[in-house]
Amino acid sequence: MSVVTASAILPVQPGLLARFSDVLWRRPSVLLAVLLGPPVLWLGVIYLGSLFALLAQSFFSIDEFTGLIQYQWTLKTYGELLHPVNLDIIARTVLMAAAVTIAAAIMAFPVAYFAARYATGRWKALFYIGVMLPLWSSYLVKVYAWKLILAKEGILTWAFTKVGLMPVLEAFLAIPVIGGNSLSVSYIGTFLVFLYVWLPFMILPLQAALERVPPSLLEASADQGAKPSQTLRHVLLPLALPGVVAGSIFTFSLTLGDYIIPQIVGSSRLFIGQAVYAHQGTAGNIPLAAAFTVVPIVIMGFYLWGAKRLGAFDAL
Amino acid sequence: MQSAVLFKTVSRHYGDVRAVDAVDLEVRAGEFFAMLGPSGSGKTTSLRLIAGFEQPTSGHIEIFGETAEGVPPYRRNVNTVFQDYALFPHMSVRDNVAYGLMIAGMGRKQRRSKAEEALELVRLPGYGDRATSALSGGQRQRVALARALVNEPKVLLLDEPLGALDLKLREQMQDELKGLQQSLGITFIFVTHDQGEALSMADRVAVFNEGRVQQVGTPEAIYQRPDTPFVADFVGSSNVLPADMVRELSGRAGTASLRPEAIRLNGGSGPEATVVGLSYMGGATKVRLAFRDMTLMALVASGGVVPQKGDTVTIDWAPEALHVMGQGT
Repeated sequence: MSVVTASAILPVQPGLLARFSDVLWRRPSVLLAVLLGPPVLWLGVIYLGSLFALLAQSFFSIDEFTGLIQYQWTLKTYGELLHPVNLDIIARTVLMAAAVTIAAAIMAFPVAYFAARYATGRWKALFYIGVMLPLWSSYLVKVYAWKLILAKEGILTWAFTKVGLMPVLEAFLAIPVIGGNSLSVSYIGTFLVFLYVWLPFMILPLQAALERVPPSLLEASADQGAKPSQTLRHVLLPLALPGVVAGSIFTFSLTLGDYIIPQIVGSSRLFIGQAVYAHQGTAGNIPLAAAFTVVPIVIMGFYLWGAKRLGAFDAL
Repeated sequence: MQSAVLFKTVSRHYGDVRAVDAVDLEVRAGEFFAMLGPSGSGKTTSLRLIAGFEQPTSGHIEIFGETAEGVPPYRRNVNTVFQDYALFPHMSVRDNVAYGLMIAGMGRKQRRSKAEEALELVRLPGYGDRATSALSGGQRQRVALARALVNEPKVLLLDEPLGALDLKLREQMQDELKGLQQSLGITFIFVTHDQGEALSMADRVAVFNEGRVQQVGTPEAIYQRPDTPFVADFVGSSNVLPADMVRELSGRAGTASLRPEAIRLNGGSGPEATVVGLSYMGGATKVRLAFRDMTLMALVASGGVVPQKGDTVTIDWAPEALHVMGQGT
């Protein structure tokens, strides 16, 4: 019916680009190479390459007298990691990361569930803005704002005093180890700020996972006689698990590596990130800093392996 | 006989949308009951009201004499075969089938044997260890059926369960469902938009349109004696003749339905009509006729004389084939 041409096959378009299009269509592998070449080069050579160059440093050691790095393969630096002080740092960081991850998962679930199941149109937009908005402002500003909120002279103390709940806060701060002089210099304070800063990274994957659960599955569970709590346990949580694991990879690894939040809010005891910062900076002990960097990578490796063993990815 | 399900002026409104509007309905214990209607007619919402996934806006629902409104689905001895089967993707076939038994607190060993029995019932013996993703559509449908039947429900609800199957499998499953229902004696309520399916399987059929029940009756009554033009048209695409034409042709009062297969072409003396279209259907040929200012459908069984497009033919029918539905509508 076309007025322009009567032939069934259109002639080759003139020009190099048109010919290139034909080549790409005929050979999808060429298209893949063109698309993937630059990012693979960037990721593989520059990104991963420099990471491995850094990690290789951990197999060198430092001369305690001269402070110079000895370029000889050794596990001496890893031996230093096992020093009680360093083990404390690792245990403290892992416990904090685990606590933040669990709390984030518990807090994120109702929000993500609401967004996935009930929110439509304007409410959905509000959800995304509400979750993303904190990510648009500077991380440092948020952390310092939290310091002001949690400080002894801060808003929270003021609010607790006004409503007469100061004894509750004081009793809370009196808990050994996690308590302290005020929230801003306690582990509780560090925990609260970590939880606030990383929560969106738990909500979003969890919401995506919950959105993929067909509503008919929940109805089928109820139809089979399961009370809502049983449906949650036997159907919803197993199917949401990949989302929880995806979110926890963020919250867990981000907490493992962060060095700014515990420096601004918390007790003066070090976390892994701070240890890396201190060793590569002021102490000039690059091998030990590199060895500390390996720790979160190994922990995440074990974490993912364990998650896979538990069947966290079966529902993917 | 006791009624399995009873609707008394049941409505389910969503804002201005009246999904189900003042429906009265009785499903008898042990019968195969079909709810037939186009999409959006309220048949699925009615099924969901029985399952408990929806609560009525007003009205009263009884299941075997007990009040059902306000009762959550998990306290109803009613099971559903879902349109998308709704099999749990993270469980094996056996765990899917035994889910309700597990929830009810039955021991692992007994659960296993009950599930295997149910799988045998739907002719999938030995499939327990498979993943649901490894099954074909027809097999999933059987697993969904086994999962519903294993609980020995008082009422089994089927929401267009055959919709996703190909024609041959669908016909086979129709026979099997009918056989299962007869041997188990459970009340089956079956939602479908396929009138052939409803007529061939059900003991009684309710025809839904726009949230209301148009007619309830045996397949034969629904097909031969439709109460409304909608039923006449939807169930087997009858011709609906307006009241003035009926008065002129037969002297009777009211709109009437006329089955396509009841119209005889060139069989004797009768009014004339023009053939405007032909479609070959295998067992018969459908003939579209221009008759006065309307279009009539007629069927010529294979072997009969099929006219050419553009031919003028005479049409007539046996007097009782013209079924008068009533005044006005």
